[in-house]
Amino acid sequence: MKVHVDMNLCQAHGECVFAAPDVFELHDDDSLTWVEEIGEDRRAEVEQAIQVCPMMAIKLEG
Amino acid sequence: MRIVVVGASLAGLRAAQALRAAGHADEVVVIGDEARRPYTRPPLSKELLVGDHTVEQCDFPSGELDVEWRLGVAAVGLDRDAREVVLEDGARVPYDRLIVATGCRARPWTGPGAELDGLHTLRDLDDALALRAALTDGRPRVAVVGAGFVGAEVASTARRLGLDVTLIDVAPHPLLPLGPLLGGRTAGMHRERGVDLKLSMGVEGFRGDDHVEAVVLADGSEIAADVVVVALGAIPNTDWLAGSGLTLDPGLVCDATLTSLDDPDVLGAGDVVSWPHPLADDTTIRVEHWTNAAEQGAAAARNALAPPAERTPYRAAPYFWSDQYDVKIQAVGLPGRAERIELVEQSPEGDRLVAVGVRDGRVVAAIAFNAVRRLAWYRRQLADPPAFEKLAAAVAEDPRSLGAPVQADAAGAAAQGGPAR
Repeated sequence: MKVHVDMNLCQAHGECVFAAPDVFELHDDDSLTWVEEIGEDRRAEVEQAIQVCPMMAIKLEG
Repeated sequence: MRIVVVGASLAGLRAAQALRAAGHADEVVVIGDEARRPYTRPPLSKELLVGDHTVEQCDFPSGELDVEWRLGVAAVGLDRDAREVVLEDGARVPYDRLIVATGCRARPWTGPGAELDGLHTLRDLDDALALRAALTDGRPRVAVVGAGFVGAEVASTARRLGLDVTLIDVAPHPLLPLGPLLGGRTAGMHRERGVDLKLSMGVEGFRGDDHVEAVVLADGSEIAADVVVVALGAIPNTDWLAGSGLTLDPGLVCDATLTSLDDPDVLGAGDVVSWPHPLADDTTIRVEHWTNAAEQGAAAARNALAPPAERTPYRAAPYFWSDQYDVKIQAVGLPGRAERIELVEQSPEGDRLVAVGVRDGRVVAAIAFNAVRRLAWYRRQLADPPAFEKLAAAVAEDPRSLGAPVQADAAGAAAQGGPAR
């Protein structure tokens, strides 16, 4: 499965980092990086991140 | 088991989605008084109002959700004996479990001048579109009554539109729950951007013939205004539950699992719910923030599917944010319950900071200005609220801290609205 984040929408709320700390990471300059390819074991937490992203910036494909 | 969700905004949507995600295959009905499918509200005071976002960009994806939508019709009553929700068109919708997610409405102005044209409140999409039309019709003079989060954001947006803005509040500083230090900084931020702030100032009413012409202040002076935004907070939508026998305060009073105190088949989610929270020593709180609505919707749905004894408490520390100009304010916990707000780190330039709210010696909230990365650490600490001294010592030794907080005199200057450097 592939994780997409629309960086035009992302405002670095950090909700995804809280929901899925193994997938999303905020850096000291408040930029976001994430693991693009995830396994089934991470699906639930990424779906949680999608639900709590205030900007609706995260999508999961596959 | 037929589950009825009353309220078709964020909490209701997330509840319906969570029911399906949990494998609930029976009927789900979602009732909403607005004719539109669920949409996200934070842009209504910002991106939509300024014109950066379209209405469609506010819509939540809900097309694939397999539920029965009953939209454009308000619930007006609850008959718990018959286990039916009564709609305004007379229809009765039976339920086995009910999730109340009817949110809040804007508190209206009811004093002198309430009948005048040109007075706006901001809660739903129609409000936002009406306000946008008014703000973009010529070059209106704007007065915002109430410098809470909605009022301060609307003032910020109106300045972005190049309008003359007066922001009025009876409190001594904007954003009352954040305390005088951060409220003072916020006041300075608005002043620097050209907002005319009238603080510690009550409003008598509004003057005009048909259309508002001026705000009449408590000292008898007037502020000329073509558009008035009344931003005096929100009232929970529980009128339809009057007579149902459910405890209202006026929010729907629930236990820690978001279950009504009076009826295990009734649960609540979002702005409408009062529930006991550990950061409030298990007294009830009501939270009017986006993330709370999203998370409680899902939590109430999962609990609705479980027998009462197997339901799990919802105890996440509330999170909220506010965007004003180029400043992102973010907070976790319950700053409004803090006895004092203490600055714990600040960048040398003074533009980024974190402060914490302290009650009974423990940290119950953290507030960041342009410091999202730092806030995550504080959020984790709130799961087991640390003593203030312990947290401050840990921050002082943390190499990733933004820097030592400013000295007391500079903090005083910040509280007065001056630049803190």
